[in-house]
Amino acid sequence: MESKLVHWLLFGCALLSIATTLGIVVSLLSQALGFFREVSIWEFLTGTRWAPILVPQSFGVLPLVAGTLLVTVIAAAVAMPVGIATAIFLSEYAPDRVRRIIKPSLEILAGIPTVVYGYFALTLISPLLQKVFPDMLIFNALSAGLVMGLMIIPMVSSISEDAMLAVPRSLREGAYALGATRLEVALRVTVPAALSGIIAAFILALSRAIGETMLVTIAAGATPKMTFNPLESIQTMTAFIVQLSLGETPHGSLEYNTIFAVGLLLFLMTLVMNLLGHWVVRRWQERY
Amino acid sequence: MQQATTLFHRRLRLRKGVGDVFHILFLLAVFVGIAGLLTLLVQVLVQGLPWLNWHFLTSYPSRHPEQAGLLSALVGTVWLMVLTAAFTVPVGVGAAIYLEEYAPKNWLTRLIEVNISNLAGVPSIVYGLLGLTIFVGWMALGRSLLAGALTLGLLVLPIVIMASREAIRAVPWTYREAAYALGADKWQVTKGVVLPAAIPGVLTGTILAMSRAIGEAAPVLAISALVYLTFVPTSPLDRFTVLPIQIFNWVTRPQDEFRGLAAAGIIVLLVILLSMNAIAIYLRNRYQIRSEG
Repeated sequence: MESKLVHWLLFGCALLSIATTLGIVVSLLSQALGFFREVSIWEFLTGTRWAPILVPQSFGVLPLVAGTLLVTVIAAAVAMPVGIATAIFLSEYAPDRVRRIIKPSLEILAGIPTVVYGYFALTLISPLLQKVFPDMLIFNALSAGLVMGLMIIPMVSSISEDAMLAVPRSLREGAYALGATRLEVALRVTVPAALSGIIAAFILALSRAIGETMLVTIAAGATPKMTFNPLESIQTMTAFIVQLSLGETPHGSLEYNTIFAVGLLLFLMTLVMNLLGHWVVRRWQERY
Repeated sequence: MQQATTLFHRRLRLRKGVGDVFHILFLLAVFVGIAGLLTLLVQVLVQGLPWLNWHFLTSYPSRHPEQAGLLSALVGTVWLMVLTAAFTVPVGVGAAIYLEEYAPKNWLTRLIEVNISNLAGVPSIVYGLLGLTIFVGWMALGRSLLAGALTLGLLVLPIVIMASREAIRAVPWTYREAAYALGADKWQVTKGVVLPAAIPGVLTGTILAMSRAIGEAAPVLAISALVYLTFVPTSPLDRFTVLPIQIFNWVTRPQDEFRGLAAAGIIVLLVILLSMNAIAIYLRNRYQIRSEG
């Protein structure tokens, strides 16, 4: 009797995770639907002006998506080469002693709260960049993107490195026996064999960058804009949600419901990327 | 023949040269991450240390930077951490026990597992919207500590579940078999043998999850909003603020003095996080299970 009860209780705990997902979907949908009753989905997804609290109102989400992608692309341009090179260094070059110091140090980067990165971008990186680009505003996509790149380096490097470490020694030794140099082994044996893990690392890190909130709220600005100029102030989807939820907009109004429509889009984008990332790992993993 | 050998040697020198160049490039890449970390820490320390004193830790926020402190945020963070742990640890460990010890291999178990790994990738601000709708709105908890703790609890639940599962999986099968041989039933084995052996791992995971929770600003911001609190919360239904929000508040003000306060707040937050991580690492090393065959 007691054991039956315990069984169901534990099952309930596990089911709570499903309930959480349902809760996310229901809470986003219920209010996003209120929004989409007044603004067509087509207008939302294809409109190029985002001005929910200005007159005249306009609800085209593309400027927020463009801002998000701009920051993400800059972050990727930093984190991908640096992350992969770090992973190659740690798995192919570094002696064990060095690895054991560098790896945890890099993981500290992943544990630092994102408001700290926002502070860093705003008070140090932006002023430094202004010395190079004097016309640039203090709030800009470039400094937020660069710092976000720094933030996701450990994510790219540690998932890639795990994949590289899983490549069996015998493959490397075979290549060395044929006279390959260390670099040739790394680039032509290890990296191709670990490619699925590396791609998954990219996808998961990008998804993290798209959903990142505080850094861009603090440093990237609050001007929704269709631009691919990194020196301009922009606004991301996440930063918009924060901005509006801090304002005085009354609950239940059309303006207020925009955050749920934007949140729903954000949730779907990251969900697709996460599913893709996990799928790549499972589907393309080489088994040895 | 002679010619082919010289050609080979010339190519070999080139290949080795390229190898050396890349070796340096890889080293530089590692240096980018480490240098970024050090620069960040130095910037925080240089700007923050002059503002860090006893008055700062024991005063309420103020419009005058020299009088401002983070007492309400500090106490709010401790409250939030305790409430979050009280909710998420039992549920997370329960789910982990179910998945490791009880769950049949079927589609539902598979779905739960996929679902947990996907939840870990949901942006934290989305959890904020969930909490805002369900806890603040439907459950009428208001913008309270409890609503914030439940939201953060759901946010870090995947971390607790995954860490606990790993800890439970690391308990050797021989332990369970010995207990079964003595006539214990499944729950007795789990409660009396598996859980005690897994506790260090569970604790480590919990501490890491809590350090994630107290660094989060976005979901808490959606729930608590930017409040200016000159009191300390005394019950789970009180309004609250936490360190990351207070830091955010100071960072976004234009005056330099508030940036200094933000840096001082960051130092406090990082010291708390680092000590939590140090405890986790200590526990892991101290109680690591040695799987003796």
